[in-house]
Amino acid sequence: MSKRLRRLVPITGAALLLLAACGESVDPRENTDNAGDDGSDGSDGGSGDQVTLLMESWRNDDLAIWEDVILPAFHEQHPDIRVEFRPTAPDEYDAALDAKLSGGTAGDLITCRPFDVSLRLYDEGHLAPVTDLPGMDAFDDIARTAWSTDDGSETYCVPMASVIHGFLYNKAIFDELGIEPPETEEQFHEVLDTIAQNGEYAPLVMGTADQWEAATMGLQNIGPNYWKGETGRKALIEGSESFDDPQYVDAFAELASWSEYLPDGYESITYPDAQNMFTLGRGAIYPTGSWEIALFNEQADFEMGAFPPPPPEGQDTCYVSDHTDIGVGMNAATEHPEAARTFLEWTTSAEFAELYANELPGFFPMSDHDVEVQDPLAKEFLSWRDECESTIRNSYQILSRGEPNLENQLWDLSAQVLNGTIEPQQAAAEAQKGLERWYEPQQK
Amino acid sequence: MSRLRDSVPPDEVGTTTVATGADAVATPPAAPPRRRRFRTHLLVFIAPAAAIYTVFMVYPLLDSLRLSMFAPSDGGQVFVGFDNFVHLLTDDLLASAFWNAVWNNLVFFAVHFFVQNPIGLLLAALLAGPALKGRATYQALLFIPTTLSVVIVGFIWQLIISPIWGFVDTPLLGQSSTALVTLALMSVWQYIGIPMILFYAVLISIPDELTEAARVDGAGGWSTFWRVKFPLLLPTVGVVSVVTYVANMNAFDLIYTVKGALAGPDFASDIMGTFFFRTFFGFQLQEGSSTMGATVATMMFLLILAGVLLYFYGWQRRVESYQL
Amino acid sequence: MNAVNTPTRGVAVGPTARRPLRARAGTAVPHVILLTYVVVACGPIALIVMNAFKSRQAIFDEPFAIPTPDTFDVSGFQTVFERAQFELYFLNSFIVTVSTIFLVLLLGSMAAFALAEYRFAGITALSLYMALGIMIPIRLGTVGILDLMVRIGLVNSLFGLVLVYTAMGLPLAVFVLTMFFKQVPGDLKDAARIDGASEYRVYRIAAPLVRPGLAAIGVYTMLPIWNDLWFPLILTPGESARTVTLGAQLFLGQFVTDWNAVLAVLTLAALPMMALFIIFSRQFIRGLTSGAIK
Repeated sequence: MSKRLRRLVPITGAALLLLAACGESVDPRENTDNAGDDGSDGSDGGSGDQVTLLMESWRNDDLAIWEDVILPAFHEQHPDIRVEFRPTAPDEYDAALDAKLSGGTAGDLITCRPFDVSLRLYDEGHLAPVTDLPGMDAFDDIARTAWSTDDGSETYCVPMASVIHGFLYNKAIFDELGIEPPETEEQFHEVLDTIAQNGEYAPLVMGTADQWEAATMGLQNIGPNYWKGETGRKALIEGSESFDDPQYVDAFAELASWSEYLPDGYESITYPDAQNMFTLGRGAIYPTGSWEIALFNEQADFEMGAFPPPPPEGQDTCYVSDHTDIGVGMNAATEHPEAARTFLEWTTSAEFAELYANELPGFFPMSDHDVEVQDPLAKEFLSWRDECESTIRNSYQILSRGEPNLENQLWDLSAQVLNGTIEPQQAAAEAQKGLERWYEPQQK
Repeated sequence: MSRLRDSVPPDEVGTTTVATGADAVATPPAAPPRRRRFRTHLLVFIAPAAAIYTVFMVYPLLDSLRLSMFAPSDGGQVFVGFDNFVHLLTDDLLASAFWNAVWNNLVFFAVHFFVQNPIGLLLAALLAGPALKGRATYQALLFIPTTLSVVIVGFIWQLIISPIWGFVDTPLLGQSSTALVTLALMSVWQYIGIPMILFYAVLISIPDELTEAARVDGAGGWSTFWRVKFPLLLPTVGVVSVVTYVANMNAFDLIYTVKGALAGPDFASDIMGTFFFRTFFGFQLQEGSSTMGATVATMMFLLILAGVLLYFYGWQRRVESYQL
Repeated sequence: MNAVNTPTRGVAVGPTARRPLRARAGTAVPHVILLTYVVVACGPIALIVMNAFKSRQAIFDEPFAIPTPDTFDVSGFQTVFERAQFELYFLNSFIVTVSTIFLVLLLGSMAAFALAEYRFAGITALSLYMALGIMIPIRLGTVGILDLMVRIGLVNSLFGLVLVYTAMGLPLAVFVLTMFFKQVPGDLKDAARIDGASEYRVYRIAAPLVRPGLAAIGVYTMLPIWNDLWFPLILTPGESARTVTLGAQLFLGQFVTDWNAVLAVLTLAALPMMALFIIFSRQFIRGLTSGAIK
């Protein structure tokens, strides 16, 4: 018995080595598959003078659309340039990109996070300026702010899209229960109560396990109605408002009121769990951002509707978070700056805006080209730009430059408020304490 | 690991060394050639291993130690002595995060210690029982979780205990009070095979005469186990524990895959590994720092060293003398 | 070893035979407990594999039911192969794991042979130096390793990973194999030397005799490497050098809402190691326990 096995060992070992040897011999193919991975063999023989550009991105969900639609449109006009879309999962993107940039292995085109993450890359010399890129005049100052130096003198990424926060709802459930999308916060709570009383569906589908939903789809979604959008955001930066002012406490308090409507065990429900619950028809309302539209259109077999965060009673103006979310820039170390600039220039065009807006419904171009959005849900979200005042997430610009980091703190505090482990008052005070610790305008 | 050394009776190593020495004396023809070709073949045998080990393990470790004494300044780095350590231990934010991670890590280890030892021992004792049918199959099956990637383990358990599937209603991974212990138990589930096999190795090496002698003296099964086998197992319990301690102080993958780098809720599952990751790489809008990362790594090293020394001077000495 | 063990057992059989009743009860209870734990150990894995072959709705509705013709669905596997180059990741993991095992076993056994066989100045210091790495996790040197790899241009290369893993595996290999080599009978080696064999030849004669040790070290080296997430995440985040574990982790991040694909990828990532382990498990366990059986 054991003798037979003993004989098996060298054989299996040999087989493994053989496999490895085969692997080794396949290596060259692997290299050609990924030509340009190291940038140096962009000029590989066969295909003439074609230049290959690699594009770094965290939008792995969009891989198919880039490969099948957007890039082919570009390749048609520029047969001498090949762009390859190389996404990394969102959670790893920043760390991986950092490592690749300092290791000199990053792609030629870099998808830019808004504000300080990209600003740091620019300051470190990893992103090339695109201020003078032809076509940049299609973007107004607000769009550019997210990817410009503090004084606005240099821009280093072409703004690509913004995302709008709001709520998606399951129309079938709303019809069944005879309810209408709410227009005020009071109605919102009535609707939630109705669904809760029925008992069959989770009124609000969200979990706090991953923390960021609580902040991004919770606090930053409904918050602008409380701190009056841009007014409050800028006041925080100037130091004329504090995070423990009543409007911020109220925002946290409203968030806390959600907890009774969330699914059982929401403390350990993750973002994908929630996505699945909603698209499988187990919940009625889903606090969200417009980026979900494409995926949900595909996964849900019921009709969906959307409504903006309902303002508190007696407030006429509504505010939505229309967050500048994604831009694209050029790796300063690219070996093909001309080709990269050609591509960036194309991303400022009306053609790109049209393609992007309609292939990725829910990502709204920021250029001033007239773009007709087809998807009804995306259209609904977009219409809020006219009805409400737009703002961006208040923790993104400047306020997350120190320790503790406001954005990370808001994740933690929002999740805790929903979990009931901290009072809204306390959460607001914690956030303020964090700011005061390092941010001069807030140190009074 | 060093577990093998323990499976070998303590006098073993010594005896063999003596034997080799005796050999050298007994067979003089062998000795001269050894001395003559001494340098070249010794170099050929040892240099490659020593070189790779030195360049890719020792050097980076020393480099980390060095880096912990520097701070970034205008693109370069300046020597700051122990400032980073002072900062880590006195800054209200960093220090509380650090001690939180240390404490959680100790809890993480304690769960391993108190759960994997009894279960591992029980399984090993059953496997070592006389005339057990299907012993090899059991061993292989019980060991299978150990072969899995932590990524897989994390995901499997996350699904199974998700309230969505309804198998468990309590959000075990979502509450501050239960998240860390749940994660530790997931880790125990995965690695239980290792203590089991090591205990098993000791149990089957105990001569049956010893247990029989105890039985003849009128001792029952339990008391035979406690009086005869357990003392012999103690050194292995020590080795398993110290190896687990080192692995636990270094754990990262499981918590990272299940709870992300923020190790929520409210850092309730934050351990040294995730703390190190955040410090080194940063997270979301928070910037990373390689020098502070190196400082945290150095502290991890010191904590591991402290644990290992405690084992050598506390546990091993006492147990070893007990055994003799 | 078995030869030593069997007679001992023979002695033990005598007295036990006198208690058939107790023995019978004694044989059932261990099986019950062991089987229960087998369910605990393997059940979750079976659950994942089983659900990988079900439709999304069925995974959600009846997670604990086995797939029926109604719920059978392999779309997850399709997604995996369409959207990720898993065959490439497997190849990468194979190359890294096999090369590392090969290097660890070869270099480790050479060094161990020398440490066990010769006596020279500084041998204790050298043994201690090599053994130090057993207790110090290489991860603590991550900052330095990344720095080093960037400098010598081995970021995003499989070779870089192999070097790090080899360095990581060597201390234990040297330590354990030294003890195994010390048990190889001296006469054998000396006989070879008298026949005029070179020291390299002597090593080649001795090496096969420590096979249980090599097997144990092989498996012990293999598992953490195949399953490592840390170094691939840091050293080889690029697509071309991605390993299965990192590929699975990234894929999970990417398709996390697509439960079919997630379960399919978990199944794919787990099975090869499990299969290999089952093939080698006896060798492995024997290697781990042989020191004791002696």
